Amino acid sequence: MAHAATHDHDDHHGAPKGFFQRWVMSTNHKDIGTLYLIFSLTMFFIGGAFAMVIRAELFKPGMQLVQPYFFNEMTTMHALVMIFGAIMPAFVGLANWMVPLMVGAPDMALPRMNNLSFWILPFAFFMLLSTLFMPGGGPAGGWTMYPPLSLQGESVAYVIFAIHLMGISSIMGAINIIATILNMRAPGMDLLKMPVFVWSWLITAFLLIAVMPVLAGAVTMLLTDKYFHTNFFNAAGGGDPVLFQHIFWFFGHPEVYIMILPAFGIISEIIPTFARKPIFGYRAMVFAIASIAFLSFIVWAHHMFAVGLPMGAEIFFMYATMLIAVPTGVKVFNWVSTMWGGSMTFETPMLFSIAFVILFTIGGFSGLMLALAPADFQYHDTYFVVAHFHYVLVTGAAFSIMAAAYYWIPKWSGHMYSETWGKIHFWSSVISVNVLFFPQHFLGLAGMPRRIPDYNVAFANFNMISSIGGFWFGASQLIFLGVIIHCVFFSKKKAADRSWEGAKGLEWTVPSPAPFHTFDVPPVIHDDELAHGNTDH
Amino acid sequence: MALFGGEAWANPVANQMNMTKGVSEWSPYAMHMVALWVCVVIGVLVFGAMFIAMFRFRKSRGAVAEKWAHSTKLEVVWTVVPVIILIFLANLATGGLTTFADTTGADMTIKVTGYQWKWRYDYVDYKGKGVDKVGFVSKLEESSDRTRQLKSNLDPEKIQVEGYNTYLLDVDKPLVVPVGVKIRFIIVGGDVIHSWWVPALGWKMDAIPGIANAAWTNIKEPGVYRGQCAELCGQDHGFMPIVVKAVPKAEFEQWLATQEDEAKIQKAAQTAQNAPAPAPQG
Repeated sequence: MAHAATHDHDDHHGAPKGFFQRWVMSTNHKDIGTLYLIFSLTMFFIGGAFAMVIRAELFKPGMQLVQPYFFNEMTTMHALVMIFGAIMPAFVGLANWMVPLMVGAPDMALPRMNNLSFWILPFAFFMLLSTLFMPGGGPAGGWTMYPPLSLQGESVAYVIFAIHLMGISSIMGAINIIATILNMRAPGMDLLKMPVFVWSWLITAFLLIAVMPVLAGAVTMLLTDKYFHTNFFNAAGGGDPVLFQHIFWFFGHPEVYIMILPAFGIISEIIPTFARKPIFGYRAMVFAIASIAFLSFIVWAHHMFAVGLPMGAEIFFMYATMLIAVPTGVKVFNWVSTMWGGSMTFETPMLFSIAFVILFTIGGFSGLMLALAPADFQYHDTYFVVAHFHYVLVTGAAFSIMAAAYYWIPKWSGHMYSETWGKIHFWSSVISVNVLFFPQHFLGLAGMPRRIPDYNVAFANFNMISSIGGFWFGASQLIFLGVIIHCVFFSKKKAADRSWEGAKGLEWTVPSPAPFHTFDVPPVIHDDELAHGNTDH
Repeated sequence: MALFGGEAWANPVANQMNMTKGVSEWSPYAMHMVALWVCVVIGVLVFGAMFIAMFRFRKSRGAVAEKWAHSTKLEVVWTVVPVIILIFLANLATGGLTTFADTTGADMTIKVTGYQWKWRYDYVDYKGKGVDKVGFVSKLEESSDRTRQLKSNLDPEKIQVEGYNTYLLDVDKPLVVPVGVKIRFIIVGGDVIHSWWVPALGWKMDAIPGIANAAWTNIKEPGVYRGQCAELCGQDHGFMPIVVKAVPKAEFEQWLATQEDEAKIQKAAQTAQNAPAPAPQG
């Protein structure tokens, strides 16, 4: 039996005492998870600061604050930092903390690689951000790096090296998560009994392994075009600028699902907890995530409807894209059905989850509209698109991360956060984020292109409203920071092991805060303790 | 809500909330409105159900959680119904796409070239006859350009043409086209990728180096229609507007003739200038 092996050595030591030993040399999934989350929060504020510059310049017509080139650096950096620095590491951090706890594993399968995949990131972002202080400035060709424009920049080599590092980090993280989920589950934790969050990450990890090398290939071709006289994307040398867009979006579309599938998982954990009712249609939820992941590989050119694709291609990518609405709809309907007939309370994680369902769905609606190629000829590259992807990424991905933080922080810190301040953070965020992004739909429909530093006075009012919402939303996140710091260091309210009345799953069977080592001995699994898979359907 | 109702705005108006109906024979406006209403109806149903659930099934109202977590019947319904709605939308969109993609039968061809940060227009043919050397560069007009400089302290509100604010939406030399003629645009990029977009014409098309894209319009009403570059193309991406001046056919033909004459005079002048230098050309 497994028990015999673990009794051979005394492994019940705590965390290393030295700061350097504990944090820099860590191989502990909880500490590395914490590092990821702190890193992500830092990047969230840095990327947010860039967004504040953008919204400040767009506050009214005329150029008041920055030069147009610097404005482009801000839009580019805002996207790169938020995508690769804030959203993705936050999900990896959550996976690090929660996947072993949720499947009854003692740690991640590959702890040293875990350390490496985290510690690459600060260096990658140091390099990326340092370009802002160099002569010639940072990247200003958009996060999509379309050539020939992106090759006009002086910082190409730095940016591409940074992206390679981020890619290596992501791939290692993904390998680790797959290895952990497939090999380290406690006996009795069948695949179809796993929490939806674990399922969502398993599928996401495969997406990461599939597409990060594609991005690496695309940017390497940019690098050789810039410095080694190749002509992959140079029309004058027989290359094709559109080729880059195909390769980029073959990465890019799965990438946007990498940023939303774990969010689906989180929401599928939180809503059943606070509705006190099992998730509706567990298998359908898992199958929907898998279908969305599959479809993500065959829709990339819907980002390119205006590049002049042949009509057959436009029709194919339009139909394939529209199909995504079906599994996504299933997820939304199932979340609503989980709430129906429940016994709901509305603590902060639940509030963020409900806001997620509504606002992500609004982002989904605009996504459906964008999928219609003829209409996209108008929407494309306007603020309508900006509104769309901020609804799915801010009120989608970022809100799910906030929901997760509130949901699991009692388990991480051993303390309850301030519910009052959590709710203040929620209401302030949810109102301001709509003031920020909803008017952008109108701006786009009225004809305002994206990525412009200045605009005609017809667009003035909605831009001002949007900017006010932006500053307000930015300031609201300081409340979030305050709630976290208070919870971790100052809160007197001890968290129970099962911190939420309706919470199910293995993570709630260990003490709060979770000890440095958990599940040294695989837990004996009782099906009725699991959140999912315990009913016969 | 006048700003939400369907109007054929030639140019953006203050507080405009919806897409223009456009002035061309082809317009995605109807498609857009159908999709919008489909989304609104589904949204009302789904969010309505959510709010009812949040009200009825609260613990504070004594709700006791039920145990069910599955219903094959419901799941089939909400897989099949969206598919039917999507087929309807796809059918509509395919029709729109087919008409848009058909650039044949055009009576006129204009070549559009995007440069950092201006547009060049070349008139290629009109009514089956080649146009002789009519082409020009069109860029942001001077007062907007002065005003948009960082800390210029000039007021964007003051830049007006006929009572309409044209800040960043006016050029030194507009593209002149006839109404009621199917015009084919050949769109290319001269340096980086740009995108030629006039909302009133209903589409945008990327201007890519090395690729000749085609699109068409058939403007129904005379007027001045403004647009902007829609693909990030560098520091002055926000400052390369597009102005299309649509005029009645007769007026256009007269304008075109004048332009051809001017081109001839210019060419003659150039030849005269070059005459003293007998260096063989080409």
